Amino acid sequence: MSKKVHVQTIINGEDVEFLCEPRQSLLECLRDVIGMTGTKEGCNDGNCGACTVILEGRTVTSCLVLGVEVDGKELTTIEGIADGEKLHPIQTAFLENAALQCGICTPGFIIATKSLLDHNPDPSEYEIRWWLANNLCRCTGYDKIVRAVQESAKKIKAQAGG
Amino acid sequence: MKYVDYERPTSLKSALDILSEKGDVTKIMAGGTDILVKLRVRSEQPDLLMDSKEIPELNELSFNHDTGLTIGAAVPLYKLYADADVKKYYPALVDSTTIIGGIPIQGRATVGGNLCNSAPSADSIPTLIVLGATASIQSSGKLREVPVSEFCTGPGSNVLKSNEMLVTINVPAPADNSAAHYMRFIPRNEMDIAVVGVGSYVKLNASGDKFESVNVSLASVAPTPLNVTEISKFLSGKDVNDENIEKAGQLAKEASKPISDMRGTAEYRQHLCSVLTKRSINKSIERIKGA
Ligand SMILES: Cc1cc2nc3c(=O)[nH]c(=O)nc-3n(C[C@H](O)[C@H](O)[C@H](O)COP(=O)(O)OP(=O)(O)OC[C@H]3O[C@@H](n4cnc5c(N)ncnc54)[C@H](O)[C@@H]3O)c2cc1C
Ligand code: FES
Ligand code: FES
Repeated sequence: MSKKVHVQTIINGEDVEFLCEPRQSLLECLRDVIGMTGTKEGCNDGNCGACTVILEGRTVTSCLVLGVEVDGKELTTIEGIADGEKLHPIQTAFLENAALQCGICTPGFIIATKSLLDHNPDPSEYEIRWWLANNLCRCTGYDKIVRAVQESAKKIKAQAGG
Repeated sequence: MKYVDYERPTSLKSALDILSEKGDVTKIMAGGTDILVKLRVRSEQPDLLMDSKEIPELNELSFNHDTGLTIGAAVPLYKLYADADVKKYYPALVDSTTIIGGIPIQGRATVGGNLCNSAPSADSIPTLIVLGATASIQSSGKLREVPVSEFCTGPGSNVLKSNEMLVTINVPAPADNSAAHYMRFIPRNEMDIAVVGVGSYVKLNASGDKFESVNVSLASVAPTPLNVTEISKFLSGKDVNDENIEKAGQLAKEASKPISDMRGTAEYRQHLCSVLTKRSINKSIERIKGA
């Protein structure tokens, strides 16, 4: 009796249609139904932020959103951050500052950073730590991530300025 | 998670029709940050999940100097705490909603869900209680208003019947010389459940040296958010001084009935009740004087 629902959405600017059961999370739909595995699963209960995506301009943990809920809505996932082969300044800053080790948390951190800098292009360290508090990293100890976010803000500003 | 149907009614009437037909096997979902976790661990197993986010009445957020603030049950926290009137007239609501989860949780979670989930640790409920908020609850053909102080009946349980839903939370207009404040203690800086939470509301006389009325409500120290009426009785008409505020802290400690768990022993929680109550009352007084 697993009735499937048709969902039509826009992911990273492209129309995407899929079928899912209402109980399936957006995270499950992205990874297992659509095959976009850039978004990661950690805790599956909203605590770790590995599954963070941008839904209608707000960061959300996709494990706590249902696939059926995004019908008619717009999403940005980690796959939409780079411009083809060209990395986004946030991605470059994470690499240059060694802000990742195993990398499982990284897509979530990059998405959260993107939405932070979209809302506030010049955040203080406090604002960065507050905004990223819903993202856990077991490897880096966070300092390098905070530095990468500061560096990202500078890169984006420099790019916009010239 | 077991198989569940999903409906997203776009009118209050159709939502209430669904509830009168199959409310006993339906769970309402606002932001889903509690209910989806419960479905996943199968502590709730409804046949139908009814998404409330497209119902216009549940998205109302409005302020009026006479009637106060109306918070639709599906208004997400980020909208509430960014609202200019909420910031200006209800800073205690900002205190309590900016600490619920992190940014992605606040993008989804609602005060309505926080109230209806009825956890003893819920961060918005003490604030709603001290502000004298009421809950507008509707079923087909019937509307009732319940004071938030009487809404929760136990951990995770409340006065709602299976055919009813919360539509709005209504907070009275702020009185002159009054202010409220909420704070909690957690071992981390963010993203944790309150070991103890304290909401306070203070109204002073015109000269600011006597308490006219005070409400204090505590989170995480009893099966439901606790309204410490002993403090209201004691402080009303008393001078604003350290001794009286100290006594209020003592009354909070005596009223609390905490348990010991991994977040703290009962004794530690009682100590926190006293410390945080004093701090929160002082913060409310500072807010009145700063205005
Ligand atoms: C990572 C994480 C961190 C969290 N941190 C905190 C925290 O610091 N403090 C805190 O207090 N909470 C916290 N929570 C719990 C949760 O986010 C809050 O309780 C939140 O306010 C719930 O709102 P919601 O809209 O997501 O509720 P939902 O999950 O949609 O609903 C919660 C309950 O209310 C019922 N309900 C919803 N709307 C209605 C309605 N209109 N009528 C009747 N019943 C209704 C649902 O059926 C369900 O039982 C956290 C959760 C997570 C996952
Ligand atoms: S997998 Fe979604 S927050 Fe951890
Ligand atoms: S790099 Fe391993 S968890 Fe962050």
